Amino acid sequence: MLLSAAALVILGAGVGLALLWAPEDADQGPTQRIFYIHVPVALTAYALLGWGAWKALRLLWTREERYDLESYTGVHIGLIFALLTLVTGSIWARASWGVWWDWRERQLVLFLILFLFYSAYFMLRYSLEPGPARGRISAVYALVGVVLIPVSFLAVRLAEQFLHPTPLIRRGGPDMAGSMLATFSVCLAGMLALAGALYANELAGKRLDARLRELREVLS
Amino acid sequence: MTYLRDAAALARKDLLLELRGKETVPAMVLFVVAVFVAFRFALPEEQEGAAGGLLWVAIVLTALLGLVRAFVPEREQGVLDALVLAPCDRSAIWLGKALSVLAFLLIAEAAALPVFAVFFEPVDAATVGAVLLADVGLCGVGALLAAMAVAGRAREVLLPLLFLPLAIPVVIGGVGATVTDDPARYLGFLALYDAIFAILAWATFEYVVTE
Amino acid sequence: MIQARALSKRYGAKRVFEGLDLDVPEGGFVLVTGPNGSGKTTLLRLVAGLAAPTAGRLEVAADRARIGFLAHEPLVYRELSALQNLDLYGRLYRVPERRERIGMLLERFGLWEARREPVSSFSRGMQQRLALCRAFLHDPDLLLLDEPFNALDDAGAALLDGELAGMGGRTFLVATHDPARLAPLATATLALA
Repeated sequence: MLLSAAALVILGAGVGLALLWAPEDADQGPTQRIFYIHVPVALTAYALLGWGAWKALRLLWTREERYDLESYTGVHIGLIFALLTLVTGSIWARASWGVWWDWRERQLVLFLILFLFYSAYFMLRYSLEPGPARGRISAVYALVGVVLIPVSFLAVRLAEQFLHPTPLIRRGGPDMAGSMLATFSVCLAGMLALAGALYANELAGKRLDARLRELREVLS
Repeated sequence: MTYLRDAAALARKDLLLELRGKETVPAMVLFVVAVFVAFRFALPEEQEGAAGGLLWVAIVLTALLGLVRAFVPEREQGVLDALVLAPCDRSAIWLGKALSVLAFLLIAEAAALPVFAVFFEPVDAATVGAVLLADVGLCGVGALLAAMAVAGRAREVLLPLLFLPLAIPVVIGGVGATVTDDPARYLGFLALYDAIFAILAWATFEYVVTE
Repeated sequence: MIQARALSKRYGAKRVFEGLDLDVPEGGFVLVTGPNGSGKTTLLRLVAGLAAPTAGRLEVAADRARIGFLAHEPLVYRELSALQNLDLYGRLYRVPERRERIGMLLERFGLWEARREPVSSFSRGMQQRLALCRAFLHDPDLLLLDEPFNALDDAGAALLDGELAGMGGRTFLVATHDPARLAPLATATLALA
C-alpha cells in the first residue's frame, strides 16, 4: 500500500516536472518531453526482466518454489513495460517524424524482439502442467531471454550497416543539462516505484490464488 | 572422453532412426526448394538482389522443420525418462540431439545451396562460412528449445514461437555476411552467438529434462 | 538402501501422497500395492530420481548407474530393432562386454530370433520382455519395477519368475496389483491408500 502511494506521488511529480519545469529541447520542441516517459519505461522493463531472470536463477539453484512465482511476476510486469516502451516509442516517432514505426530506432527494434520472445514465455508456461517442471523450464527460458538482450542489441547495431546506412540522431543522451537530468531521475524513480508496486500487488494475488487452490484440493 | 562418446551414441541413434524412417531429411530438402520457388514469385523484378537475404529466412525455416521433430520420438514413447535415468551427463542428450539435427540440416543445405545458386545468384565463400556458423547456433539453441516445447501441449505450434525470436540475430549475422563488403564482423558475431548460446544450453539443459 | 521419511509429492495443487515412511534394506524385496492413482508409479519415479519430493526426506543409496527401472511403457524406440535399442542403452550404461550381455539377455527372454526386427512389429508381450532386458541390462543393484507382469503371457511370466528368483542379493521395489504372485519373494509390503 505504502509503495503504491509512494509510486503515485513520485510518478506524479515526475510527470509534472517533465511537462512544466524541464527546459524545452532546441531541436525537437515539445515532443521531446515524451523522452521522460519513454526511456524510464524502457529502463524499468530491463530491470524487471533482469529481476525475473535473477529469481529464475535462484529457483534453479535452491529449488525453493516461491522463486517460481517471483520470477513469473517479474517477467509478466516486464512484458507489460516492454509493451509500454513500444507504445511510447511509437508515439514519439509519430510526434517527431510522422511515422508510427521506424526501423532505424534501435531501442524500438530491440524491444520488438524482446516482446516476441517474452510473449512466447507465457505460451510456453501455459502449455505445461503445474508442478516443478513448469517452474524449471520457465526459469531456463527467462535466463535465455536475459542473455538474448545484449546479443540482440549487438545484432540490431550490426543490422544498421546494411539496412539503412543513414544514421539516426541520438536523442536524450548522457550529456543532459542539470534540470533535464533531475527531471529524468525523478521520472525514473517513479517508474521503478510503479513497477515495484505492481509487482508486489500481482505477486500477493498470485500467492493467494495458489494457497486457495491448495486448500480446495485438501478439502475435496 | 565418455561425455563425447555418450553424445555420439545418442546422435548415432537419431541417424539410425532417420535411416529407417527417411522422413525428416527429404522433407527438409523439398521444403527449402519449395520456399525458393515461392520467393521467386514474391520478389518483383527490380528486387532480385534481395534473394541473398531471403536465403537466410529459408535456412531458419528449414532448421525449424528439422527441430520440430527433434524430441518427438523421445516424448511420445516416454524414452526421455530412460535417457535421463542413464548415468550419462544430461547435457549429452542436448549435444547428441543438436549434432543430429545439425547433420540433417547440413545435408539439406548441401542440396539447397546449389539450387539457390542456379535459381538466383551464386553463393560466395563468406555465405557458406556464415551458413555453417549459423547452423551450429540454430541447432544448439534449437535443441534446448525443442526439449522445452515437447514437454507441454501444442508442441508443434509452440516451437516456432520460441525459436524465431532467437533466430533473428542469426538472420542478421547471415544476411550481413552475404550482402555487405565486410563479412568478417558478421561471421565473428555468428561465432559469438554460437559460443554464448551453446554454453547456456549446455549448462541449463539438465534443468529442462529433470524435475 | 532406500529410506524415506514423511515423503510427500504433489503436482501443483494435486496431492499424490503425503507423509510416507519407507525403509528398504539391502537385499529387500518390497511390494507396493494400492488402487489406481494411489501413487505407486509416482513413488517409483521419486526413488529413481525422475521426480523430486515436494516435502520430506528421501535417501537412495544407489546412483543412476546402479538403478534399473521398468515403467509402464517399454521405453524403447519403436522404429529401431531390439538389438539397436539395447546397444544404445548398453553404451550409455557402459556395460562391459556389451555384445555378449545383450545376446545373453535376448536369448534368456526369448527375443533372439526377432532381434533385428523393429520393435513396432513386436507384440505387447514381446515389448514388455524387451523392457525387462533393458532394465536388467547393466546388472543393477536396485530394481524399480512398475507392474512387471503386465502384458506377459504365461511363457513370459514364467521367464520373469525364473529371472527374479535368480537375482538374489539385489534390492527390489515392485509396484503390483497382484501381490499374491510375488508373495514368495517378498520381504515386506507397502500398501498405499
